[in-house]
Amino acid sequence: MHLSLSDKIELNILHHNSHQAELNKIRFNDLKLICLNIMSSPGAGKTKFLEKTLEDLIINFRVAVLEGDMTTNLDAMRLEKLRIPIVPITTGRACHLDANMVSGGLKILETKINPELLDILLVENVGNLVCPAEFEIGEHFKIVLLSITEGEDKPLKYPIMFREADLVLITKIDLLPYLNFDIQELKSNILSTNSKTEIIEISSISKTGFDLWENWIMDKIKAFKA
Amino acid sequence: MTKCLILSIEEWAEGKNKENILVENIHLKVGEFTCIEPIALINTFNVAVKGSWLDSSKIIIERIPLEGKCFKCKKLYFPNKENAYKSPCCNVNLEEITKGRELKISSIDFQEKKFILG
Repeated sequence: MHLSLSDKIELNILHHNSHQAELNKIRFNDLKLICLNIMSSPGAGKTKFLEKTLEDLIINFRVAVLEGDMTTNLDAMRLEKLRIPIVPITTGRACHLDANMVSGGLKILETKINPELLDILLVENVGNLVCPAEFEIGEHFKIVLLSITEGEDKPLKYPIMFREADLVLITKIDLLPYLNFDIQELKSNILSTNSKTEIIEISSISKTGFDLWENWIMDKIKAFKA
Repeated sequence: MTKCLILSIEEWAEGKNKENILVENIHLKVGEFTCIEPIALINTFNVAVKGSWLDSSKIIIERIPLEGKCFKCKKLYFPNKENAYKSPCCNVNLEEITKGRELKISSIDFQEKKFILG
């Protein structure tokens, strides 16, 4: 005979990922390694931004990068010229990095360098404004890039990503004179879902705003190491 | 997300003999303020479990609307994109989310074969 039963379980679907993310964070804290999760849509300028940021950061800090990409190592190859430890993570069909992938990436990184020697781990997530917002990876801060070519309405269309952001970097600001773009409207839309986030305007071409961004990161490192 | 869902169901089934259970319905609570598109989750789940012990199971989703609490007057309201998620009472930004971030399995209906001895 069969018995019909029902189990009430109230189980968070992402609890496996959240647990691994907590383990990753403990590991980062033990290593005194600050981890930044960098997210955006495809084409917002994450890799260019990382190239320019790393050129400056490596003067004073020891930095490594986990480079998430769905199918290629192209972004990792662009960063290799900077001669820092880079681990490409190819996600296959997954449109985001998860905590297990980052844990695996960290293990590979440990074969390249003693992570105790590092100050900063930058994780370039897969280009996507939706799923990466839901998957914690153990990061200390979430940084979201949004380029002005994407339109002022994106924070309203993809509110979860902006809700989660500790910092929003408005990129490609050098294109502002050529576009019919209302930057105040964009900022208002960002703040409408997350009034606590910080916003910095930058250009990876002219390096406008990089002083503010680099001050932000230095403040976070100082507080983290203290 | 589908992989996470299946992992969670597998975890629930630990300690149970899978050969003796038939999972019928998996009830999910999914908030509107999550990255889940219900139809997409159902379709990918159906493809992912084909031929497995979960093949005949069905996903049933209860959608939970986004609900916020006005930062100024503390009234509950339903934020929406058209109003930039602001509270209609005081026109202030969305601060506290009270509902709509749920992503959980609430219950699982299943049948268990019981062998009566004697």
